[in-house]
Amino acid sequence: MEFLRPATWDEALAAKAENPSALPISGGTDVMVELNFDRHRPGALLDLNRITELTTWESGTYEGQEGEVIRLGSAVPYARITKELSGPLQGLSIAGNTVGSPQIRNRGSVGGNLGGASPAGDAHPALLAAGKDVFVEAESVRGTRLIAIDDFYVGVKRNSLEPDELIRAIRIPVADGPQQFSKIGTRNAMVIAVCAFGFALHPKNGTVGTGIGSAAPTPRRAAEAEQFLADELASRGLWESGGLIGPAAVQRFGELVSAAASPIDDVRGSAAYRRHALAVMARRTLTWTWNEYTQSLRSAAA
Amino acid sequence: MRVTFNANGRPVEADDVWEGESLLFMLRERLGLPGSKNACEQGECGSCTVYLDGAPVCSCLVAAGQVQDREVRTVEGLADDESGLDPVQQAFIDAGAVQCGFCTPGLLVQTHDLLEREPQPSDSDIREALSGNLCRCTGYEKIMDAVRLASARKCSDASEVSQ
Repeated sequence: MEFLRPATWDEALAAKAENPSALPISGGTDVMVELNFDRHRPGALLDLNRITELTTWESGTYEGQEGEVIRLGSAVPYARITKELSGPLQGLSIAGNTVGSPQIRNRGSVGGNLGGASPAGDAHPALLAAGKDVFVEAESVRGTRLIAIDDFYVGVKRNSLEPDELIRAIRIPVADGPQQFSKIGTRNAMVIAVCAFGFALHPKNGTVGTGIGSAAPTPRRAAEAEQFLADELASRGLWESGGLIGPAAVQRFGELVSAAASPIDDVRGSAAYRRHALAVMARRTLTWTWNEYTQSLRSAAA
Repeated sequence: MRVTFNANGRPVEADDVWEGESLLFMLRERLGLPGSKNACEQGECGSCTVYLDGAPVCSCLVAAGQVQDREVRTVEGLADDESGLDPVQQAFIDAGAVQCGFCTPGLLVQTHDLLEREPQPSDSDIREALSGNLCRCTGYEKIMDAVRLASARKCSDASEVSQ
């Protein structure tokens, strides 16, 4: 096995172009498990720890995305996302705080979740919920390619990266409304999600975002549920009034989220339980975020 | 391959390191630092917790080659030749928080980090900080006592110094 240690991003891209099968390693919290248990023996490891720009983030405006955007370096550890970005990336920071344990959150990053593309990765539901204009910045010696988050996940543990590409950053619009994340597991720490749900209100353009984790071959959006809720909020003037959504619409939203999943029975839970839990999490996260939204309307009016 | 780095304040060098090997294996098997324990090898148990450039991490999930030119501090590096055991270690002994002892090195490093960041943690802060460290002797209550004791001593030492 080879151990490649590029000192710069350009060297990393060159190394990946030369060794397309090299496995990138950053925090190692997934890759090392595979190696320790001899499940995977790549020809080469490509260590990204020396590339300091991967652990930085910046805010700015970018073409194709409305408003302010956080360009999050792919290797910024979850502990720092929660500490430094809990406002602008509320959903991702709540999700990141449920990853593994403190030790794991000091190493694990969104780039690792995306590279692994496990349907159980905690970042995915939050990224999907943050909007359709979340982009993965994939880079190779051939140049930079922006992959919309909806096009990124293509199968169980498969993403749409080309073999010579590395993830440089993730471009995520700054939250313009409350965001939430909920996850089912047997305890509060060190759990792989039985299923998970991310939700975001986008009052600026009158949409809502959803993301389902661990309940389909890939992380996925509940598109019909999003459309139903956006129509409901718009037609009843609720964005302006901040009035109650009401149990019928909340219930329907939960049903549509549950229907969007295609879970399986496995060691962590049954398909039926996952469907049930998703409806519960959808209703709860909607209620939490809507309460936060109406409170912000009221305090703005006061 | 050869890996050179700083372990507990001194430069060290490990030879014939396999490229896929973990920092934990290198510490224990090549550098004579067996304090960090090898239990789950998948980041579930925290027994192998060490500081890497000042942040506690599971050494079983760091590739050995990734620590080239970096600083690692293991449980062996908590005690000081002159002042003896670290207050966290003394508190674990005094509170009876050590049963079989296998989880203890990881708990010591993780507690050391917690008290550096937050000298007076609440019980929920302690539980959260230690959520990635498993004790199968079910000694958690004594461990909580030990962290509270270390915190109390640390705070009273600090107030004595300031007086």
